[in-house]
Amino acid sequence: MEVKKLSVVDVDLCVGCQCCMFACTRRFAEAGLSKSAIHVRSAGGVERGFVVTVCRACSDPPCVKVCPTEALKPRIGGGVVLDTYKCIGCQNCVKACSIGAVFWDEELNKPIICTYCGYCVEFCPHEVLKLEVGGT
Amino acid sequence: MIEKDPITKVLYIDLSRRRSWVEERRDLFEEYLGGTGVAIQLLKEECPKNIDPLDPKNPIIFAVGQLTGFFPLASKTVAMFKSPLTRNLGESHCGGRSATAIRMAGYGAIVIKGASETPIYLAIHGDKVYFREASALWGIGDSYTVGRILRELEGNPGVRTIMRIGPAGEKLVSYACVVTETYRHFGRLGLGAIFGSKKLKALVVSGKRSIKPKNPKLYRETYKEIFDKLVKSPLMKKYHELGTAMNINPLNLLKGLPTRNLTTAEFEAAEEISGEKFAEKHLGRRVGCSHCPVSCIHIAALREPYETEPYFYKTKMISYDYELIYALGSMLGVNSTENVLKLIDEVEILGLDAMSTGVALAWATEMLEKKIVSKEVVGVELRWGNFDGYKKAIRMIVNQPNEFFRALAHGVEYASSKYGGKEFALTFGGNEMPGYHTGPAAHVGYMVGSRHSHLDGAGYSLDEKAAQSGKKLTPEEIAENLLNEESWRQILSSLVVCFFGRGVYTPDMVIKTLNVLEYNLTKEDLIKLGRRILKAKYEFKVREGFNLEKIQIPHRILETPTPNGVLTEEFIQRTVKIFKEKMEA
Repeated sequence: MEVKKLSVVDVDLCVGCQCCMFACTRRFAEAGLSKSAIHVRSAGGVERGFVVTVCRACSDPPCVKVCPTEALKPRIGGGVVLDTYKCIGCQNCVKACSIGAVFWDEELNKPIICTYCGYCVEFCPHEVLKLEVGGT
Repeated sequence: MIEKDPITKVLYIDLSRRRSWVEERRDLFEEYLGGTGVAIQLLKEECPKNIDPLDPKNPIIFAVGQLTGFFPLASKTVAMFKSPLTRNLGESHCGGRSATAIRMAGYGAIVIKGASETPIYLAIHGDKVYFREASALWGIGDSYTVGRILRELEGNPGVRTIMRIGPAGEKLVSYACVVTETYRHFGRLGLGAIFGSKKLKALVVSGKRSIKPKNPKLYRETYKEIFDKLVKSPLMKKYHELGTAMNINPLNLLKGLPTRNLTTAEFEAAEEISGEKFAEKHLGRRVGCSHCPVSCIHIAALREPYETEPYFYKTKMISYDYELIYALGSMLGVNSTENVLKLIDEVEILGLDAMSTGVALAWATEMLEKKIVSKEVVGVELRWGNFDGYKKAIRMIVNQPNEFFRALAHGVEYASSKYGGKEFALTFGGNEMPGYHTGPAAHVGYMVGSRHSHLDGAGYSLDEKAAQSGKKLTPEEIAENLLNEESWRQILSSLVVCFFGRGVYTPDMVIKTLNVLEYNLTKEDLIKLGRRILKAKYEFKVREGFNLEKIQIPHRILETPTPNGVLTEEFIQRTVKIFKEKMEA
């Protein structure tokens, strides 16, 4: 099956405008940052460039391994799918993701998991991001 | 407006009592939108009449707008305070991540009152406010270093703003700035000195919330329309390609580039310090403010050898813009990109306003040249183009080793009142001149504008059009245009939309965005509101002693021809008079 995943093509093209972060929360028809599954910060000051954190859609995702309720399940072809009803909000997944790509929704007390929808890509003015076919 | 929008929350902080509280001010935000409109109301409430700007009672107001977080380019924070430079209305705008951080932390405005006895910094993370010890940060010689330390001390990278002062703010230089993130500033009118007077070293704000509009479909569609315009429109091209520095060459060709304290408006080395040269030789990175795809911030990479040791280099990243190149380049006769960058860097390290600094040093140079003061009085040799002297002098503004530099630290108006040279002291309403000697509209704009800035009524743009078309504007036309433009800009700055986006945020577009925010305003409503906000600022200025009838015209601007001919005092006075009548009507 053909699946999509998000990738950072060239982080040095990033100007740190964070339009992708705002786009991600806008998927839920909200203005702001509280639902964003993508994060941009400077690499220790904007003069040093930026760190763009996205879910890499791992083929063997560590977040799945630590989920005690099977709320997070591997997606065929890489990445994960979240069943919010099963999630107990333990935050194990947040700690398990070594690249910090599992974010937290404070309002719902659940993880924010990238769905690889590519909405953020549409709003990246410099083609830093790309929706690619195939998992890692 | 949106019913549960947290923007109505105003965070009050009293530094004297180390207390903070939140007040619900829907009344202000509903009526005045945010930003400038709300800030002037809060300033009127909080700032006692005729106080000294360095009095603890002088409040610092920060306000953001309802579009912040919703739409791109609504990324400015408006700061208001009583200015130590003009001793009147202080208003300064800053981008970076400041506006989104304040909005996402859940506030529409922050009011800081009182003063601390010992150095402190404030950390506001969402609804938590921390008063933190800053004695170890006080006295650090470099604003970059303070930023580095705070980045590691405070959490939430990516969704925070770090505002801080450098040594200039601590030493109460009247045109000390507040640096945010890095490379963005509350530059003009001396907010840094107000921070310093309160022993407030820095302010960190972070947050990550979101707000739900009623009509998601309308929201997404309106967003897409604006975003596409911003990214594709030729209107934005100049800001992201060469950046504002691209102005150097055309202004010089027009003969409107103030040079060597405006003894001429044509710089023979303009090409050497043009936007094209900076890009070709040094452009190392381009950066944007939070929620702005334009990325106008141009950062040069300057590689320099250490003179004391072979094969030892440093590479400094230095942000440049038109006004900085004018003030520290052409105005001082400095003719290489490298030397301009090094002066910009010095100003950034110390936390000064680059424009006031350049104009102050240009005035001092002419004072020496004309032998009105001696080298002994000044304490440093200043000559046009002499980089070493200027580098030393910038530091002397902060360290104030003698009487002359103690005066210069209060601005050119004050220094010239003590030492003479008023006829070539390029200040307007107490604020040092911006980089446009384009004609009568620019200069009248500096005199009558509420911030004495080129950005108030954009007179330079009127002049440029008049010079190109050859059609001279009448005093009536200039006054009318300046007033209308400044009134409209009150709407943009109340929504905290960056003025660079003004070509996209037309009245029709503003109305559309406000529909998403559940406002139903017409163009006429907006124009009336803009005028009311401007008038509120004018009333504050009059309350604090501003008088358009007593406007001072630096004689120099009448001597050096503009692209629109030689200016006359009579023409300027007539234009100011008409402006006053219209403003008070």
